[in-house]
Amino acid sequence: MYVAVKGGEAAIANAHRLMADRRRGDRSVPALRLDQIVEQLALGVDRVMSEGSLYDRELAALAVVQARGDMIEAIFLVRAYRTTLPRFGYTNPVDTGAMQIERRVSATYKDLPGGQVLGPTFDYTHRLLDPELAAGADVEMPAQRPVEAEPMPRVSAILAHEGLIEADGEMPLDHVHGDITREPLQFPMARDIRLQALSRGDEGFLLALGYSTQRGYARNHPFVGEVRIGEVELELDVPELPFAAPLGSIRVTECQMVNQFKGSAKAPPQFTRGYGLVFGQSERKAMAMALCDRALRASELGEDVVAAAQDEEFVISHSDNVQATGFVEHLKLPHYVDFQAELGLVRRMRAEYEARENEDKAAEEKREAAE
Amino acid sequence: MRGQEAREQAGRKAVMATLAHTAADEIVRLWSESGLPSEAELLRGPETGLVTVRGRIGGGGAPFNVGEATVTRATVRLPSGQIGHSYALGRDKGKAKLAAIADALWQDPAQREAVETKLVAPLRAALDAARETRRVETAATKVDFFTMVRGED
Repeated sequence: MYVAVKGGEAAIANAHRLMADRRRGDRSVPALRLDQIVEQLALGVDRVMSEGSLYDRELAALAVVQARGDMIEAIFLVRAYRTTLPRFGYTNPVDTGAMQIERRVSATYKDLPGGQVLGPTFDYTHRLLDPELAAGADVEMPAQRPVEAEPMPRVSAILAHEGLIEADGEMPLDHVHGDITREPLQFPMARDIRLQALSRGDEGFLLALGYSTQRGYARNHPFVGEVRIGEVELELDVPELPFAAPLGSIRVTECQMVNQFKGSAKAPPQFTRGYGLVFGQSERKAMAMALCDRALRASELGEDVVAAAQDEEFVISHSDNVQATGFVEHLKLPHYVDFQAELGLVRRMRAEYEARENEDKAAEEKREAAE
Repeated sequence: MRGQEAREQAGRKAVMATLAHTAADEIVRLWSESGLPSEAELLRGPETGLVTVRGRIGGGGAPFNVGEATVTRATVRLPSGQIGHSYALGRDKGKAKLAAIADALWQDPAQREAVETKLVAPLRAALDAARETRRVETAATKVDFFTMVRGED
């Protein structure tokens, strides 16, 4: 027999009304505008776009406000929204070599064409809280240096000349590009599909795994060959135009990780590579993605799979924070019937256990009395 | 003829790129000042959808999907018969319609000059100026290494 228990509609409606009130907070404080969030919480917006896997600043800002600043809830909202839209197609692959550079650093070469360009970075700040910012002090305009524009080739292209580094990752000619938004995950998976999953993966999860490789769990001797941040052009091939339709530009962060590799039965000693490419300005995420990408290539390069970061099924199955939060958080929803069943089972097992204990005790006493 | 056609296509694409990069209110403001006609029949949209953004493994290798982006597109027909299309990142339907009209007008030899000079040229100048400002601001953060001489000899 199954008895459905209904109820809670009024409680739910009032709870959501209360949540909306608490979200708005003190009415004497001005409400946040989306453009304030886009402009002044830009890296939070970037994270929501990256892990929500949808590039749209205003939507990401709306999600941040709606979620009261809960990033994973905001990411969830963006993911849900994108399922409501039709898909026009796949863009042509972006050319990160032609990026309008806003930051570009290399830890492997001091002097490289284009140079080390720091851009708007937290690096070298003292991480001291700034009371002037709290007081809303005026901020000076940035310095300008009017110099000739110079090309900034990717560092991987410079290194390639000596033949001591892997080429950019190619797939077999007959490879069909996978898309995790269209087909369920299957293991083992090709590197292109893995990269798609990593690019939308949870920053904290990938950061922890990347860190674990540095601490010795699948050590692979990484150097940052290059991190670059800037805008790249998007183009879409459409049947109604005789050329690729220009869509505008998006900001991305790219990380080329270079890893020393002593060689194996499958590959000679050389520098191998891990790659990271994410929406927005997020070099922590791009670097963590590149570390994980390299670790996950263990089988391809003939390395022993000994650590969590090298385990494709473990990493990719748990990198999506929308899936993770859904499964963890569903535990708080009513499980009354499941729990009643479990309670009945545990009561019965406990009764059997106690009956056995009593029997054993009685037998023991009987034996002692006999002696 | 081949070269002519290629130049024609490059010019049309450049107009589309300029409009795609420009914010909607800027286009609306210039349009009202330009006196360009805005009468057109909508054949499709404006409609918002997604494109899947692709990158390349290692920067230059095999393609992979990075994520999606919102795109809005429109197709219009002018009373004079030209058909125009627009595609741009974002969700602005008004911009999509105006950009499609601009594309259609540009294909009309009688209107091309006006579209180029009154709409596209000032927008392109503003975009170039903004890009140049960002470039020189970025250039000011370039590291100039120097060598410290230590010791006696």
